[in-house]
Amino acid sequence: MAGEINFHFDIDGGNFTSAGEASVRIKKLLRDMGFPPDVIRRVSVAMYEGEINMVIHANGGSADVNVSPDKIEIILADSGPGIKNIELAMQEGYSTAPDNIRSLGFGAGMGLPNMKRYTDEMRIESEVGRGTTIYMTVNV
Amino acid sequence: MTVEMLAKTADFEPIYIADGEREILGGYAGDLLSWVMGRAKEGDAWVTIMSNVNIVAVCTLADPACIVLSEGVRPDEEALRRAREQGVSIISTGLDTFEACVRIASML
Ligand SMILES: Nc1ncnc2c1ncn2[C@@H]1O[C@H](COP(=O)(O)OP(=O)(O)OP(=O)(O)O)[C@@H](O)[C@H]1O
Ligand SMILES: [Mg+2]
Repeated sequence: MAGEINFHFDIDGGNFTSAGEASVRIKKLLRDMGFPPDVIRRVSVAMYEGEINMVIHANGGSADVNVSPDKIEIILADSGPGIKNIELAMQEGYSTAPDNIRSLGFGAGMGLPNMKRYTDEMRIESEVGRGTTIYMTVNV
Repeated sequence: MTVEMLAKTADFEPIYIADGEREILGGYAGDLLSWVMGRAKEGDAWVTIMSNVNIVAVCTLADPACIVLSEGVRPDEEALRRAREQGVSIISTGLDTFEACVRIASML
């Protein structure tokens, strides 16, 4: 594989039936491209958590995945409510998920920590009332 | 132990088996999806009482060998449809989560 390959996905807000579909697609694409299993797993988990967060907390958004031989970049952008206190949101156990979402198994407050743990770089840009963009990189 | 062997054990019942030959290497129990996402290992038997469609995505991505629904829980219709589509094995058991884990551990 020479150069960079880009994938773009629109993520539906509030649709829990198809939530995670973009991550599943990326997992398969990376497997077909021959990336090592641990790299695929880290990208899949980090992207899923971000994808689900956009569905639950931001009424959807978009995912861009840039694949190069030495690194995989994931950019998740939404126009949701934004994150007021990023440091707090990053803490294990912090969640604002409502009860109906919790009953589905979400809301442990472990998504952002998982994203941090499974990626080599992670940066959050967020503005209250404007939206959130999360940049993640997994080195191959 | 393979997924099929577990599915055929007394008190366990196959709901949908995608890859019966797949080896079960360990186990993880939990219902909070982000914990499972972060902690379950490839090849685990994942024991949970969650039955909605999101368990299939979690299983596809975190890659445990199969989902084991404890307490007699059945997958909802959408979860079962997705499991077939994505090739995710689901086993059901009337045992509670603790008993199911003990049993699986004794067979590893
Ligand atoms: N894209 C987003 N837009 C707005 N708020 C967000 C976004 N992502 C996360 N948050 C906020 O950060 C909190 C923590 O997110 P995190 O993913 O760690 O936990 P969670 O989604 O609540 O639960 P879990 O991921 O364990 O199911 C959320 O509860 C929410 O308040
Ligand atoms: Mg989350």
